[in-house]
Amino acid sequence: MHKESELRPPLILGDKTWHDITEDVCRPVESKANKWWWLAFSLAVAALLWWIVAVSYTLGTGLGVWGLNKTVGWAWDITNFVWWVGIGHAGTLISAILLLFRQKWRLSINRSAEAMTIFAVICAASFIVTHMGRPWVAYWPIPLPNQFGSLWVNFNSPLVWDVFAISTYFTVSLVFWYTGLIPDFAVIRERATTKWRKRIYTLLSFGWVGSAKNWQRFEEVSLVLAGISTPLVLSVHSVVSMDFATSLVPGWHTTIFPPYFVAGAVFSGFAMVQTLLIIVRKVLGLEDYITIYHIDMMNRVILITGSIVGVAYLTEFFIAWYSGVEYEQYAFINRATGPYWWAYWSMMTCNVITPQLFWSTKLRESVFATFIISIFVNIGMWFERFVIIVTSLHRDYIPSSWTMYHPTWVEAGIFIGSLGLFFTCFLLFARVFPVIAMSELKTIIKSSSEGAKKKHAKTVTQEVNV
Amino acid sequence: MEKKYWKGVEELNNSPEFTRLRDNEFFENLPIDEVLQNKASSTSSTSRRDFLKFLGFGVAAASLAACEAPVKKAIPYVVKPEEITYGVPDYYASAFFDGNDYCSVLVKTREGRPIKIEGNELSSVTKGGTNARVQASVLSLYDSARLTTPLSSKKKATWSEVDAAITSKLAQSAASGKKIVILSSTLPSPTTKKIITEFSSKYPTTEHIVYDAVSYYGLLKGNELSFGKSMIPSYRFDNAEVIVSFAADYLATWLSPIEFARQYAITRKLRDGKKNMSRHIQFESTLSLTGSNADNRYKLKPSQLSSAVANLYNKIAAVTGGASVSSSATPQDKAIEKVAQELLNAKGKSLVVSGSNDPNEQVLVNAINHLLGNYNTTINLNQECNLRASNDAAVIELMSKMNAGEVGTIIFWNTNPIYSLPNSKDFQSALAKVGTKVSFSDREDETAQYCDYVAPEHHYLESWNDLEPYKGYYNLVQPTIRPLFNTRQPQESLMKWAAMPQADYYAYLEENWKSNVYALQTGITSGHAFWTQSLRNGVFEVAVTAPSAPAFTGNVQDAASKITKPGTGVELVAYEKTGIANGAHANNPWLQEFPDPISKVCWDNYFAILPSYAAKMGYKQGNVIEVKVGNTSVKGPVLLQPAMADETIAIAVGYGRTKVGKAGNNVGVNAYPLVTIANAAMKYYSAATVSKTIEDDYPLAATQTHHTMMGREIVKETTLSAWLKDAKAGNPEEMIETPYGKKKVEDVDLWASQKNPGFDRPNHSWGLGIDLNACIGCGACVVACNAENNVAVVGKDEVMRSREMHWIRIDRYYSSDVTKENASEKGLGKLDMYGEMEKPAAENPDVVFQPVMCQHCNSAPCETVCPVVATTHSSEGLNMMAYNRCVGTRYCANNCPYKVRRFNWFEYTNNDKFPYTMTDNLGKMVLNPDVVVRSRGVMEKCSMCVQRIQYGKLEAKKAGRRPLDGEINTACAQSCPTNALVFGDYNDPQSEVNKLAVDGRSYHLLAEIKVKPGVFYQTKVRNKEEGKEA
Repeated sequence: MHKESELRPPLILGDKTWHDITEDVCRPVESKANKWWWLAFSLAVAALLWWIVAVSYTLGTGLGVWGLNKTVGWAWDITNFVWWVGIGHAGTLISAILLLFRQKWRLSINRSAEAMTIFAVICAASFIVTHMGRPWVAYWPIPLPNQFGSLWVNFNSPLVWDVFAISTYFTVSLVFWYTGLIPDFAVIRERATTKWRKRIYTLLSFGWVGSAKNWQRFEEVSLVLAGISTPLVLSVHSVVSMDFATSLVPGWHTTIFPPYFVAGAVFSGFAMVQTLLIIVRKVLGLEDYITIYHIDMMNRVILITGSIVGVAYLTEFFIAWYSGVEYEQYAFINRATGPYWWAYWSMMTCNVITPQLFWSTKLRESVFATFIISIFVNIGMWFERFVIIVTSLHRDYIPSSWTMYHPTWVEAGIFIGSLGLFFTCFLLFARVFPVIAMSELKTIIKSSSEGAKKKHAKTVTQEVNV
Repeated sequence: MEKKYWKGVEELNNSPEFTRLRDNEFFENLPIDEVLQNKASSTSSTSRRDFLKFLGFGVAAASLAACEAPVKKAIPYVVKPEEITYGVPDYYASAFFDGNDYCSVLVKTREGRPIKIEGNELSSVTKGGTNARVQASVLSLYDSARLTTPLSSKKKATWSEVDAAITSKLAQSAASGKKIVILSSTLPSPTTKKIITEFSSKYPTTEHIVYDAVSYYGLLKGNELSFGKSMIPSYRFDNAEVIVSFAADYLATWLSPIEFARQYAITRKLRDGKKNMSRHIQFESTLSLTGSNADNRYKLKPSQLSSAVANLYNKIAAVTGGASVSSSATPQDKAIEKVAQELLNAKGKSLVVSGSNDPNEQVLVNAINHLLGNYNTTINLNQECNLRASNDAAVIELMSKMNAGEVGTIIFWNTNPIYSLPNSKDFQSALAKVGTKVSFSDREDETAQYCDYVAPEHHYLESWNDLEPYKGYYNLVQPTIRPLFNTRQPQESLMKWAAMPQADYYAYLEENWKSNVYALQTGITSGHAFWTQSLRNGVFEVAVTAPSAPAFTGNVQDAASKITKPGTGVELVAYEKTGIANGAHANNPWLQEFPDPISKVCWDNYFAILPSYAAKMGYKQGNVIEVKVGNTSVKGPVLLQPAMADETIAIAVGYGRTKVGKAGNNVGVNAYPLVTIANAAMKYYSAATVSKTIEDDYPLAATQTHHTMMGREIVKETTLSAWLKDAKAGNPEEMIETPYGKKKVEDVDLWASQKNPGFDRPNHSWGLGIDLNACIGCGACVVACNAENNVAVVGKDEVMRSREMHWIRIDRYYSSDVTKENASEKGLGKLDMYGEMEKPAAENPDVVFQPVMCQHCNSAPCETVCPVVATTHSSEGLNMMAYNRCVGTRYCANNCPYKVRRFNWFEYTNNDKFPYTMTDNLGKMVLNPDVVVRSRGVMEKCSMCVQRIQYGKLEAKKAGRRPLDGEINTACAQSCPTNALVFGDYNDPQSEVNKLAVDGRSYHLLAEIKVKPGVFYQTKVRNKEEGKEA
């Protein structure tokens, strides 16, 4: 049995017993939704409907309904794609890397973070499909055996690498997430009082009986999947960054991109986890599980990755100057002072300046400040991708082709709608899936909960007294 | 002992029955025999045959349901015409003249449809050159706005009805002594003129008045005043060493631009050891295409130009001994002094031209040329030009006759005075007093709508005709398709109405040629053979008449006293744009979407104003203002146009048509009302008053919105003197910084260890060389490419979104006052420097043009990034697109440093939102069947006319030889009037393109990023001293 110093803050507050945890986590699944949930769900579905309208209009009419042009071939579409993929990163990082590093605090948040990953990757994938000129042949970049002659995909193209990276990432994340859910589904199954709930959760729990063998296999699979996921955390966004880094567009063609993108992804991912969990813990009453300690820990990750991103921004400028390349230099001067200066400075403010506030413990432990800053980071990271994509493209080599990009309501609809898609999925998840990995969480109740710490402290005192 | 388990008692017992069954494949007995003996099926109601029937029906039904593709009926020839082979084009020699442009052409037809116009190299006038308007003319054939039958009182009628009615009206007019007026554009056709003569003898009151929308009356009249005969001479720009033009846009619109562009380019090219160039000096108010090519360009307000001519005359006369005239000072008198000296140094080898319609100014120009002795060399009065015969005085007189009720019948032929006359309202009220109004217009245009009868004419590709652009130069125009509609040639209509005996105009034309034109030559001994040969060649040229120095009889003092004196205040000048010109083809979508070579704006005209003057007046680009000349005012948007003269507002005519067809109606504003009439001649500039801004934000659609090169080496430029010293002047070797010092681009290679990594060119290696010194930026190539490659027209709204589809574009850059070299002198930091470099030079920037199409990179960045291998490289050096494979990620376009890739944002065919060329069946007839029409969602770009390459290779193969250099040509290179583009095979050591590639002036665009383009450029050379004005 793992023992922890009582000096460490407890991971679970409120003297929870195993039964309390089961009750707390199952309550949202077993009870009726409150009005806040319905309000949020209505908003999300309304946005999703806009998404459906905007995507259908795009598919029916052509990409001309977006604001793209001969010079700027990607804009909001790929901005959103990279943004969503980046957000997805926190889930895997929390569940895989923190598992390998034995960070027990992850157990309160890994379930929702993984759910977030999966929904974010779905949103990202939707942009890959909709940004294509001919989405009905969207499967062509997949190396499928075919009857088009000896026609294969182009393995030189980073877009093909993307296909592999994203699909692998999605599959592994999904399996990892689902594996963790099985024991919890079994708990709900056992507690089910209605016929359909029983049937559904029986199906979902894959015949879990909670035997020692079950648990042993569960632990092994988790470890193996964590091992597989860990390189993915680094590889996915590295590959995404190569869409840009391997091109010759000034502002894209940069060797710093893979680490810089990974740091940015973790940065934005944790910010999104903060945004979501601060709401979830409030709405579902999970303050005892997702504690200030968790928020503080995540804020530290945000502070570090945010600083890495800031250094990367400055490095880009240094290299542009140091390279002596005319086009590269102009690309960066144009970023900061050209017609899209406001996007650049929004990015700098949100991504470089605001996270530095987290040096203050007071702000790190403030729920309200964390929520606000997490929103800033989400916005800043969106602008980062917009700046990289649009301001690099709109003025590249030949000035005669320089032009501006103006988004349309359709692109706005698809972006807002993708948020709707994401939140619809997430809210449904919060209603029907256990939002905290309760079975796993129970493993730390004897070492890291408030009750355990108190007990431990008492024992220690007694021993000292003796 | 080993334990043994058994499955059942049977196995333990192991009875023979069990053993037998165990060895069977199926343990139980299967009723196979019964089934085969049809025992089972006999008890079933469904027999085996029924099953097969159901199966058959099911398969057939499923297959039928799957057949959703619409059935299109293609009707094959029952008897194949001898001259038509599927897939093989037929070329017919013909000639184009629309009252404005003249060009000798070859018409490419496929399966009986004319689809492309090419230049006819047999013509010694245009020598295979074309321009944008000639290239676009084929599309006008398939214009759905054309009339399909004659009209009588706006109702459809038959020809016999119309003929009967008009004949009786004509007879009435003749009998009552009232005039029958044929108001036509210039008709340089000898046979047509003969018909008009015969018509006049039938109806003696007939009067033929020539009226061109844009008049050259001043030039004609000026020559009459100078030499006693109203005519236009022929010009030989190629013989001139110094060319001075006063606002004559001779490379784009003035008189015969295709011919002049070719002549001009001869003097500008530095090829084949030629080391000298002409000097070209332009005085003008607007920035014209010609002016933007000049070595030195001087700005004058429109009213100052005449005085500048007079001052130049005085300087020349002072040296050559002519009489001096009184004249007013102009701001450019210092420059005029230098120009005069240059002209005097090149006596007899110079040329001065003026675009003015003022006869008196033309007299002074003639006097200058006369004093310089140019009439023996660069101007030939004996070789009369028949391309313009407009008589402004007669047109003005006609209106008073109409008002007086003297005109019984008026026939409009290729004229549209209600649209193009400045005082068209007066003309309209005068027209109401004419008894019978007849129009030959091919559409119910602004004038035809007021006519009693419309007898629609053929398109020129459906017509027979002849042309005599210059004395002794004959052309035949022949039909290349049966008339699409129930239309008739005007000549034939006149023949019918005059009851002439010949069956039709064709018979008349052939007869005239066999008798009269045939007699002009001696080589061919039979009239029939002469006719056949002329028809095949399209041209017949009598020996050139040599020039001779004429006696100058003009009165320069009188002329100088009558010219316009420099005015004060704002002046308005009306000009013609390269695309739309006089507006006759305003319904041609190719021309509407053709970006103006200077402003790069399409689908509009505008008031062009110098930016500094606009700032003074408080105008911004897109503000709508009202400009008033006399009592007429016109509202239009402002365009900030660098290099305009101060206090000058320019607007193009040819826009604002209301009855031309859906593409051209209400595009821009009609500027003809701003033209004035002075001394019985059209005057294209006047003092004006301008309003404050009326509206903001009128959107103008431009294909280029950034106007300077930002200090980048994109168009390389040098001066003649520098180039003479160093063949690589202005074009130093591109070097790359490496850890081992600077290295040449080709010496730095990631794949250097690999021998020839994927660049084997075993057969051909195609390439294109572009001489920026010969390119005048006219844009003939742009429209030629549209026609050849089925490039979609997308409309103003899409152009505003930077989504034009052109595969070739002509980039136009202005020089900026701030350069990298002088930025620190001016005390500018790097940030300010870039900000300043975005602005074109404030007053008079240099202008450069650069055609850019796919560069066919041999290390193509687009090819590596396509996820589905839709764009690949051929073993002949072409960068290819497989449209069917493209999924439309646009990654290739993002990664193209030249930004030449074009994406199909919408479905441009069969889409009512794009009602231009590919929506109705008529418009689709112009499509080139050799080129795929692209669908929505795929990328497209220049293919280097791969279909032409393939055709040429096959033709050569059939002939059992290699393709000859020059035999295969791209559409852009073929259309170029100056041969600035040279296409060829790098693998052919003798090819022209190979010779040019090794020239010191040749360079690759963006060579330092090492994409190894197959297209190269040649440095532009200006014939002027660096930094000196003249």
